[in-house]
Amino acid sequence: MTRLSLQALWSHWRRNPWQLLTLLAGLALSTALWSGVQAINAEARASYASAADVLDAGDVARVLKVDGSVFSIEEFVLLRRSGWLVSPVLEGETEIGETQFRIVGIEPLTFPAALPQGLQDAQGSVSLVSDAPIALAHPDDLPLLKGLDMQLRADATRPRGNLLMDIGQAERLLGAQGGIQRLLLSPEIPLDQNRLPDEFRVAQVDVQADVARLTESFHLNLTAFGLLSFAVGIFIVYGAVGLAFEQRRGMFRTLRALGVSLRHLMLLLSIELCIFALLAGIAGVALGYLIAAALLPDVAATLRGLYGAEVTGQLQLRASWWLSGLGMAFGGAAVAAFAALYKLANMPVLSFNHPRSMSLGAEHVSRRLAVLSVILFIAGTTVTLVGEGLIAGFFMLACLLIGSAIALPWLLERVLKFAQQHSTAPLAQWFWADSRQQLPGLSMALMALMLAMAANIGVSTMVSSFRLTFVDYLDQRLSSELYIAARTEKEAADIAKFLDGKVDALLPIMSVDVRIGGLPAEVYGIIDHATYRENWPLLMAEPNVWDAVAAGKGVLVSEQLARRQDWQVGDMVPSGDRLIGIYSDYGNSIGQLIMSDALFSARYPDVPRLRFGVRTDQPDAISSALQNTFNLDEDGLINQEDLKAFSLDIFERTFSVTGALNVLTLSVAALAILISLLTLATMRLPQLAPVWALGVTRTTLSRIELLRALCLASMTAVISVPVGLILAWVLLAVINVEAFGWRLPMYVFPADYLRLGGLTLVAAFLAALWPAIRLARTDAQSLLKVFSNER
Amino acid sequence: MNVKPIVILCFYISVLCGPVFAQGFANLGRATEGFTIPKLGYSFDFPADHGPHPDFQIEWWYLTANLKDAQGRDLGLQWTLFRSAMAPTEANDWSSPQLWMGHAAVTTPDNHYVSERLSRGGIGQAGVTAAPFDAWIDDWQMAGKSFDALTLRASGVDFSYEMELTAEGPLIFHGEQGYSQKSDSGRASYYYSQPFYKISGVLSLPEGEVDVTGTAWLDREWASQPLAATQVSWDWFSMVLDGGIRMMGFTLHDSDGSDYTQATWIMPDGHTIDYPDGAFEADILERTEIAGRSVPTKWHVRLKEQGVDVVVTAINPLAWMETSVPYWEGPVRISGSHSGRGYLEMTGY
Repeated sequence: MTRLSLQALWSHWRRNPWQLLTLLAGLALSTALWSGVQAINAEARASYASAADVLDAGDVARVLKVDGSVFSIEEFVLLRRSGWLVSPVLEGETEIGETQFRIVGIEPLTFPAALPQGLQDAQGSVSLVSDAPIALAHPDDLPLLKGLDMQLRADATRPRGNLLMDIGQAERLLGAQGGIQRLLLSPEIPLDQNRLPDEFRVAQVDVQADVARLTESFHLNLTAFGLLSFAVGIFIVYGAVGLAFEQRRGMFRTLRALGVSLRHLMLLLSIELCIFALLAGIAGVALGYLIAAALLPDVAATLRGLYGAEVTGQLQLRASWWLSGLGMAFGGAAVAAFAALYKLANMPVLSFNHPRSMSLGAEHVSRRLAVLSVILFIAGTTVTLVGEGLIAGFFMLACLLIGSAIALPWLLERVLKFAQQHSTAPLAQWFWADSRQQLPGLSMALMALMLAMAANIGVSTMVSSFRLTFVDYLDQRLSSELYIAARTEKEAADIAKFLDGKVDALLPIMSVDVRIGGLPAEVYGIIDHATYRENWPLLMAEPNVWDAVAAGKGVLVSEQLARRQDWQVGDMVPSGDRLIGIYSDYGNSIGQLIMSDALFSARYPDVPRLRFGVRTDQPDAISSALQNTFNLDEDGLINQEDLKAFSLDIFERTFSVTGALNVLTLSVAALAILISLLTLATMRLPQLAPVWALGVTRTTLSRIELLRALCLASMTAVISVPVGLILAWVLLAVINVEAFGWRLPMYVFPADYLRLGGLTLVAAFLAALWPAIRLARTDAQSLLKVFSNER
Repeated sequence: MNVKPIVILCFYISVLCGPVFAQGFANLGRATEGFTIPKLGYSFDFPADHGPHPDFQIEWWYLTANLKDAQGRDLGLQWTLFRSAMAPTEANDWSSPQLWMGHAAVTTPDNHYVSERLSRGGIGQAGVTAAPFDAWIDDWQMAGKSFDALTLRASGVDFSYEMELTAEGPLIFHGEQGYSQKSDSGRASYYYSQPFYKISGVLSLPEGEVDVTGTAWLDREWASQPLAATQVSWDWFSMVLDGGIRMMGFTLHDSDGSDYTQATWIMPDGHTIDYPDGAFEADILERTEIAGRSVPTKWHVRLKEQGVDVVVTAINPLAWMETSVPYWEGPVRISGSHSGRGYLEMTGY
């Protein structure tokens, strides 16, 4: 019986291969979008988890050589013997087998933080001196290291191409290619610690260690987007499962009548669904991998540009995300099929299809959903007013989007009812009434469309607003034509002397890394110059702010820092200075504080003066003259134009990811409409047959169907515009502030929305085309059968 | 000073493998391949023997001092440098198999300050030279032109000290001319002491600087696998009794419940009498709960042959050494048939 029943169920898919394909495609696509985003996240997180672990030993400060050279063992010992509890990290690159590896050697006895798990082992002393000393490597690297005469241990937190081992082993492998570039500094300071000799300096924890924290918001954004894409994709599956259910009603009835128990039938359907979920899940994960691989370089560039976080551009298969992808496929299929299975469970053995009574019930449902959406709006608004943080922002977004989506059927119902009441022609009245009846079946697809469109409007508004502001800001901020970084103070002095008289102005830039409120920040010292007075992008400031800064009467801070520390103009900052102005500093995750040159020199007398901004109207000539005389390296001489181009490039790459996801989401929504219409088409014959019998041709009917789809899509599009704009506002004024620390002005781009609306209509038209053509080609017999079957 | 073998053998294991140091005791039975074993009849060679013996597995320079401040408060101080070798060789770079560990502590009646330093040999971060004498790890140092006149310093996050030491008597040798037996099966170490130091200097404590004077006791011991695998804990006493007599005694506890004891009676002129297993007796009178353990902090100590019948009381019962391998070490007060001050060290609790 089971075999026969399965054969019967399968026969449906054999007869409707396209339907099977859409079901699988929908499920695969939603899984792909989700797992693609997850893959990117997992890759990026793994990259900086390992970058932050041992190399920077969490929150550990470092001692560096002022001249940037490597430490000798004697210098390390000298520091230890002066009461500086430092631990050496020996690094270098070497070839093992065919592959270039970065070797990192640590000294376990003095290591100022918890040792990596792999080194804490029952064998204990093995890591130091033994026939088989330990090396920790990424699991995927192990096969490449066959030739290494060490005991290899897999450690998934290591970056690819990176080997961690005892310093003695590292020195043995690297020889002259290795050097101790930094000493990790223990937070414990002995009482009799001597003054640090002049050739060394302490660097507090740099950005790398905080990367995970800083980029968390970025990943939360991506995850939210992935979830949205998944939700839209699930609408397709819902449609496809619903369609298959409706079409197999007769079959279920027959099977039940032949003695298949309800429980058995449900079980068979569940098995069928699981097989689909598995197939679609695997395909989806594979597709997600491709999406992630295509997007990862851009994401990597974004993270590097925005946060200085290194992400390897190469994607790896990680169990975490492909398992979660499969899980989502199963979960999604279950959610989508729940309604269908529930209906089956409650279906009388002999039942008829009564679409009108279904839609009557649906009216109550839509009213209830409308009430729920109001509750969601109130909850979202309350959280925005009361709550703080990124999670609150996303909660509000979720309330907004879900609330608008579930309010949609009720709104459309109102509009259609209004149109119906105000039309007089019989066919027009039937058109509106019939649209209302179709609404429950289409509402899921329309909700998906609205979500996709609103997301598109919201995100594109944010990106375009950002672009406008950012370009403007770059022009203001990068006002010097050339930026120079000398290697030594002597070279800096020589360069200054060389440029004297050749350029309009030489603006020294001094900075020091500090920590403010526990997070990294930079303090800058600037001289009083028109360049700053005319161009600096001040958001808020006291009158005569530049005079006050020059006189050392106050400091300026970046918007991010001010928001993070909750500082206002007029406050006293911890350094004891008065905050007299706040300026925008987009794209920088690190807080900034600016003070006068004199104040800076007094506070930080040890900071070398190495950098300048150069004002000149002949940047190219000066640049090549400098290059010829001083042979500055790549970072030593930067042209403003290049810097701008680079910054804009980072910017474009950042949002190419969102752009790509936008397009995908919209396509998924169009697919959802197609499937819903296909579903409805078969159910609708009983409604169309009488109209046809009254003399409306099939061609006219199919045109009406097309018109209806366009009509509903355009209504949805109109409604999605305000939703999208609110979404944009939340993104700019709430999410951005929480995630990046800056608030952007919002600009509106009506032409873009019109274009998007047009695109949506095209998508809806294309989606409705096939069902309409099918209707036009329906043979008269099928329509006639409706009457005989009804009797 | 019998606890140290355990400490030292455990130390690198615990440093490098953290939670498994319960296995450290089993490691005592590990073969000491290639290491030199102490032999009866060794003739010491000074000053060379004040320096390290890398061909032996373990070694230490262990100084404890009983101090008094201007108010007459009893205080204590510890400065220890341990050497532990994973191979009987030395190298002049990171590949050195010699590991060093320093412990420093100051004990007042109310507080106990501890610090620990670790280093590997070969690079100069820690080491010992015999002449001129210099023992150091990081910024901690015990050094002088000769072994008889030393300066001593150490520091932690909440304390530091600088001391001057002057020997007022000769070196003394424990056991049979410095061959100190640790069990009936013949395990032993080379063991000599300088128990006659006068000490003075300044302690820097959270309460301020404290000028102190007193007596100090420096132990030198080296060996390879001196303990039987079943010898699981130790109580070690050093005593400076009124009248200039000094006494060292220890009890080594076996896991089967039996004890092995040894004692040295040291006269003011440096003459010693060695007491083999059984002569020295120490019974627990009181225990203190500390760091989740029950540690004896008041003892009844006897050496009948010398008429010694005293009560030994910890000046600060909470003198727990929270180091890689934790143990109890602190100054004690002695009363009864004799009175005086001393140091107590206990492990395995």
